[in-house]
Formats: sequence, C-alpha cells, structure tokens
Amino acid sequence: MTDPMRADSIDAVHTMLSAQHYVADRGLATSIFLALRLGRPLLLEGEAGVGKTEVAKALASALGTELIRLQCYEGLDVTHAVYEWNYARQLLEIRLMEAGGTVDRKAAARELFSDEFLIKRPLLRALDDGSGSPPVLLIDELDRADEEFEGYLLELLSDFQISIPELGTVRASTPPIVIITSNRTRELHDALKRRCLYCWIDYPSFEKELGIVTARVPDAPTHLATQVTAFVQELRTAELYKVSGVSETLDWIAALVALDRDELDAATVDETLGIILKNQEDLDAIRGERVQTLLNRAAARSRS
Amino acid sequence: MSALFRNLLHFARLLHGLGLDVPAGRMVDVGRALQNVDLGARADVYYTLRSLLVHRRRDLAVFDEAFRVFWRPVRGDRTQLDLRALGERRKFGAPEMLGPVGDHDATTAQAPVVQIQRTAPASASSQEALRTKDFSEFTADEILEAERMLSRLEWAPPSRRTHRWRSGAGAVLDLRQALRASTRHGGEPMVLPTRRRRTRTRPLLLLCDVSGSMEGYTRMLLQFIYGVSVGRERVEAFVFATRLSRLTALLARRGAGRILTHLARHVPDLAGDTRTGEAIRTFHRTWARRLGVRSAVVLLISDGWDRGDPDLLREGMARLQRSCHRLIWLNPLLGSPSYTPATRGMRAALPFVDDFLPAHNLASLDALASHLNALSARAVSHGVAPFSRGGHAPAATVAATSWN
Repeated sequence: MTDPMRADSIDAVHTMLSAQHYVADRGLATSIFLALRLGRPLLLEGEAGVGKTEVAKALASALGTELIRLQCYEGLDVTHAVYEWNYARQLLEIRLMEAGGTVDRKAAARELFSDEFLIKRPLLRALDDGSGSPPVLLIDELDRADEEFEGYLLELLSDFQISIPELGTVRASTPPIVIITSNRTRELHDALKRRCLYCWIDYPSFEKELGIVTARVPDAPTHLATQVTAFVQELRTAELYKVSGVSETLDWIAALVALDRDELDAATVDETLGIILKNQEDLDAIRGERVQTLLNRAAARSRS
Repeated sequence: MSALFRNLLHFARLLHGLGLDVPAGRMVDVGRALQNVDLGARADVYYTLRSLLVHRRRDLAVFDEAFRVFWRPVRGDRTQLDLRALGERRKFGAPEMLGPVGDHDATTAQAPVVQIQRTAPASASSQEALRTKDFSEFTADEILEAERMLSRLEWAPPSRRTHRWRSGAGAVLDLRQALRASTRHGGEPMVLPTRRRRTRTRPLLLLCDVSGSMEGYTRMLLQFIYGVSVGRERVEAFVFATRLSRLTALLARRGAGRILTHLARHVPDLAGDTRTGEAIRTFHRTWARRLGVRSAVVLLISDGWDRGDPDLLREGMARLQRSCHRLIWLNPLLGSPSYTPATRGMRAALPFVDDFLPAHNLASLDALASHLNALSARAVSHGVAPFSRGGHAPAATVAATSWN
C-alpha cells in the first residue's frame, strides 16, 4: 500500500490526475481520494462518454500499477469473469499420464486441477496479482451485466476472496482499487451501491470541457478548440435522442486537426457531423439550417 | 469531534427521513473519512459526505438541499422550519411526472367519469355474456364483476433465451462437468454431460392512453394493467394523454380500485387530448435507455384518435419497433366489426405495429393473454404486421399493410 499513500490529500489526487491529462473536478477528486483512503470501491455513474472509464486508466498510470479491466455484458459468467479450466491441456495431460503409465486416480485429480491448468480471468487476476502494489480493477459498464453477476460481485467486494471448488480459496493480500462504472441503462442493486462510494459525473461545463480538449489534443489550434467546444455545448442543449459525450468532442477535434481545418464553418460541420451524432434522426434534425443557428450561438458563447 | 459527530448523526437521520438510503454503520466510514479531510474546507466536507451518503442520482438534489440547510453558518434565526418543509415535500411527492409535452389545459383536468347506469346485478350465469360485452357499455355492477374476472386472468409472460448456461438436457457439451466426471474413470470420458441456455421472462412495457376518447375503457384497462403487473417483476406501466406519466411506483403501492382516484389527482391530463407521438418521444428520451426496452414486449393501448403531429408519431413508432422485441397495439375500437383504422394517427402508426389486436372486452384480453403466451422465445423479424379482430382468438389475420 505504498503507492496510494502518495495520494495523501484531495489536492494530491487532483495534481496526480492532471499529470495524466485527466481533468477532474473537486467532487471526483474527493471521491477518488476517499476510495483510496477507505479502501472502498468507487461507483461512477453518468451518461456515456463523460470519461468514466478514463478515470480508471488515469488512476492506474498515475499510481504506476496495472489496470485490470473487466468489460461487462449480459450473460457474463464465472468462466469469463473469474476463472476457467484449460480443458484442452487437461485432456492432453491425461493422455500423457496414460502414455507414461502413471495414471493414479487421486494424483490425476490433484494434478489436473492445479494452478497450472487454471486460466485466470480479470477478477481472479486482480486478487492474485503477485506484484507488490495493488492493481486498479475496472469493472466497466456493470449495468450491462445481469443481476446474477451483480450478486456475485457483491460477495467478492465484501471480502475480496474467491473460492474455486477444485482448488480452494484465493484471498487478496492487498485488495485491488476497484472502480465500477455504469451508464445507468438499469438501476444497480442498492446493496451493491451501499458498499461503494458514489460519484455522478455530469457533462462538463464549457470551461472544463475546453480544459479537457486542450489537455488531450494539445496540437489543436486554440481558436478551433474553443469553437468546437462551444458548438458541442450548444448541441447538448438541443432536443436529441443521443447527446454526444466528451469522447465524441475529442474524436471530432482530432478529426478536424487531421483534416487540417482551423475554422469551424457550416460546411465543415455538415461534412463531419457524423463523428458527434450517431443517430439518423438526430443527424436529420441538426443538418442544414440548424447548424448555422448553433454556430452563431456557439460564437456568442465563446465570446462571452 | 464529538459535537461534530453528534451533528453528523442528526444529519444522517435527516437524510434518512428524506428518503435517502443511509445504511447503518455508514457513519463510521464518514467519521474515518473526515479525519482525512480538511474540516475547514466546506466544499471538501460536502463532497466527502456526498460520496458516502448518496448512491442514487435522484437523491443528489435532496442531499444538496439538506446539506445547504443543515450545515449553513449558524445565525440567530435558525429554525426547524425549512427542514420540516423539506420533509413534507418529500412525503407527499407526486408520482414521477414528465413534461412539458404540449401545453396542458387546466380545463381538461377533470375527474374521470365512468358512465354508470343502474340495472339489475349481473348473475353468475351472465358471466359468459359479460365476457363479450364491450367495456364502454358496462354498468357499475358489471364493472365490479368484470374486475373480479380480470383478476383471474391466466397470464404467463413470454420468455427469451439468455446467454447464461445451466447444465443438463442441452445440445452443447459441458466440458467442465465432462472432465470432472472423467477423472473418476481414469481420464476416460464415459459420460458426456451437456448444458443449455437458461430462459427468463421478457420485460413487459405498457403504454396506455387515458385521454377523453378512451374514457369508457380506462377503468377496465387500468384494472388489466394492474392485473398483469401485480406481483411480477420487470413490468413497467405508463399512461399518457397529452403527456407521459409513469405508473409503475403507483401500481406497486396501491390496490387496483384506488388507482383511478390517484390518477385523477396526479395525472393532470386525464381525459384530455391525445398526443401519442409526443408521449412516445418523451418515453424514448427519458425512459427507454434507463428501463432497457430491447428485449421487451410493448403493449400500446389506444384508440388511435390522435391530435398530435402524425410525423412525430410515425418516427416514434418506428423507433419503438426497432428497439423492442415485439410491439403490440391494442385498440378497443377494433371490437366493432365496422371499424377500419382510418384515423390519421392510426394510419401513421400501423406500419410499425407487429400485432394489431382488440381490447374492448374480457374475451379479447383473454385472447391477448394466450397470444402472448404463445410468443416464441426467439426473436421475430419485424415485417408484415399480422392483424386480427373480433372478440375471439386471433384467427382471422389480415395484413395491416393493406391500409398503408
């Protein structure tokens, strides 16, 4: 636990993340600081593309530890999240034992179900890391997994141990730093939420988003960065099915830089709108005259 | 520290009273956390308490207000008044309401009138006649009798295959079991255990029109909604006229008989105009992603008398059909043999409907239940919409596309 101790104040966490080009506000920095201090999982909720996953990445590289990521999906089960036996190798081993004439029932069972034939999936790896400093375990988009997995996770997060029937119990020497993200496509169970520190990440303000853009795409001209950020901010106030997140802003500005544009005009927006709006109805609603209106409002915003 | 901690406990009790979920023992964490935080920095204390005491987004605003009131600088005029006001507001909160969709006219917010005529009470032998009688022609006693019959509706919601496995009776080899079993025979796989996919109930989404033109059916349909939702998980219900109101929480708390009175109080547009397109759009924007309609069976109950923008309705229906498993439109008017879905709204919506079924009497609701029970667990390809009418099982199916 030497590394997390480096983050010995909220300000230190803030500085640490800034060094990784992650712009965190005071609330998020406080939550991360407390998660490290209290050894509690941190649950980050927010719309898609506000930088929830990035928190874990930035934190792992700031602390200089490994990032272990578990992407959740429906039907995620023990064999993909925790461990699986390597059946092919086990079968091969049986044949080898047979050829050597050393098949003894008890010994075979013991040898076949040993560490050697175990495929470790993210959750087991996070407990059984081996290196001294605890890894950052990112459980991404937990809302996509089903309730059964959530129940399993609840058990894991309470005592950081996994029992494998054939092998025994694996216990973490130093518990990992757990970051859970959710896009809120469904509500997570309250029991799980109670175990965690909670932080809601909102769409950033204009100033914060501009800060993120300049930190992440440093070679973008200042004028263009301001224009793009202001445009996206205006776009978020429009009635859309799917509001674009910060990651889309970053993609867009990177694309504009790659296209060698240094000015955002109606024609440019029209050509590249597909980078920030990924829904046909939304594209139809914004394309055309609305673009110019939004550009004018954006210009007014960045001037003020 | 002890004075602070006493205050913290008061604060926790306040939050609990406001409906926040503050688990016992959490205050120990708060105490530990605050030892690491500069107590002079108000913002840091605020964020610390928020991280630990809030875990639902909807509680954030309540927390903010409570924090502001509770931890404000002490002055002579400090009273308990604000806190009580805060608590009261929370206690008498209306059901979740979403607007503003369309402008809402106060004159339309009148209490619902169920047409009541006094006739002789329905006898047990008249149950069969009641089954095929149109809801809008029910007498007060028949309504009570029908409600009893509805509560006995046989209803098994459709299910789907999940990605989870269970062992036994399947087509796929269960390697793990096979290998464990083989060690008993010196590594020779003598038995080959198999596994199969689990199934689970599909979510059901009900969107019910409670506008003026539906008045004669509203009571029975609400009874139906209550009947299918009570005691079941993954049923979401909404009502709409000019705007969309979520009913799920109300259904969980109240008995069926009281829903209508509660609706009259909380749904200001009850018996108002119909703006289906706007209601569906609100649903998409606010609820669709949170509730996850992807695998759901959607029942949209409306007579199709729509005063809103047909383009909006068309767009909303198209999106709804694309995002759900099966979109079923229930129309009480479809019970009448002379009915053709010729209204603007109905014509706009019909191409995107998977099943177009009647819902005007008990027999049609029975038929609906068996239709849903028969839905396959596998996905359907959206295409030509089967169309059925009459108060019996959907036998006479006509392609809805003939009205396009």
